[in-house]
Amino acid sequence: MREFNYYRAGSVRDAAKRLGASGNAMLLAGGMTLLPALKMRLNEPGELIDLAGIDELRGVKLTRKGAHIGATTTHAEVAGNVELRAAVPVLPHAAESIGDPQVRNRGTLGGSLANNDPAADYPAVALALGATIFTNKRKISADDFFVGMFETALGRGEVVTQVLFPKPQRAGYAKFPNPATRYALVGVCVAQFKTGVRVAVTGAGASVYRLPEFEDALDADFSEVALDGLTASAANLNDDMHAGADYRAHLVSVMARRAVSLALD
Amino acid sequence: MDATVSFTLNGKNVSAETTGATLLVDLLRNHFGLTGAHVGCDTSQCGACVIHVDGVSVKSCTMLAAQADGSTVETIEGLAANGELHPVQQAFHEHHALQCGFCTPGMIMSAVDLLRRNPRPSEVEVRDWLEGNMCRCTGYHNIVKAVRAAAVAMGEQAS
Repeated sequence: MREFNYYRAGSVRDAAKRLGASGNAMLLAGGMTLLPALKMRLNEPGELIDLAGIDELRGVKLTRKGAHIGATTTHAEVAGNVELRAAVPVLPHAAESIGDPQVRNRGTLGGSLANNDPAADYPAVALALGATIFTNKRKISADDFFVGMFETALGRGEVVTQVLFPKPQRAGYAKFPNPATRYALVGVCVAQFKTGVRVAVTGAGASVYRLPEFEDALDADFSEVALDGLTASAANLNDDMHAGADYRAHLVSVMARRAVSLALD
Repeated sequence: MDATVSFTLNGKNVSAETTGATLLVDLLRNHFGLTGAHVGCDTSQCGACVIHVDGVSVKSCTMLAAQADGSTVETIEGLAANGELHPVQQAFHEHHALQCGFCTPGMIMSAVDLLRRNPRPSEVEVRDWLEGNMCRCTGYHNIVKAVRAAAVAMGEQAS
């Protein structure tokens, strides 16, 4: 890693101000992606602004609207939250499938969403649940938040503060993990609301995306059988040493069924 | 760039001058001479650098020294109390849960965190938990046995 200045922010306002004023500062939450990326010199920030000391960014709160989760809440905290397990079990289930225990002890929800790794788990859950991402400046719907590979709608000086996940009637998340990294080779999250079913896919494409055909079929009949005969297109899917595009397309329909099965469990 | 970090290290208050980009594992090894946490892969995959920060296991190669400021840090060197091996260390010894030993400090620190959360893990739970710890001597079988034996020993101690 190249040398940089480390700054521990005292408040969201402090972090945003510092971030906006600097030409090349970056935010640090758990560091589980950022620090390995810096070691590979994929980025050379002049300063890292640590959000870990800001208490208001951390914690889980359930309201009528759903689950409000602070941006620096760790995956382990989400996975172990008893209230969430009862109210929105797909969230702890997905959080528990991320990386390994030590990564889950440090990695954060906000960090995962802001990074928008094409194979990360949380983006699929956020998109399927129709989450709202709150920043220090505005709120952004998940449909608008994930723009492309490692790209989000976040602007300069913008800090994710919390995420609101509406409570679905039923939801499931199934992934086929890369055996070495535990990133999703393909992960599918299915969520049923009174207003309709939402299906989101991670790992398969450049960024998380929805599957309208699968959503329509599940709207008509929320069962595994409803997906019979439906296939996902391999066009524009990731094709690399871990899996070809055709295999990923195959996995999309298999994981979608498993997600439905988990939702019905 | 230089800053002072202070934390509790194996029960003692310590301070050191460090730079922003210094990794916690490097500070522990190079400044404090605690070479139990190993740098294996340096990419947060292998788990040879696992220590505890504020009571939970973390990979110290993927944490800045500065992030530990104000924390409580425990390394493998702090595990044995009064010259007596910790039950997990003792179980690793008795069950031949190491061959070359490179992964062992990380394995033990990870296992201690597991047993704090789950005092009687099943074999599957132990194997799942050790997802982030690699042993290249392929000694997992005995490692799992040792962790489960330690769980029993710790349960007997507690009762």
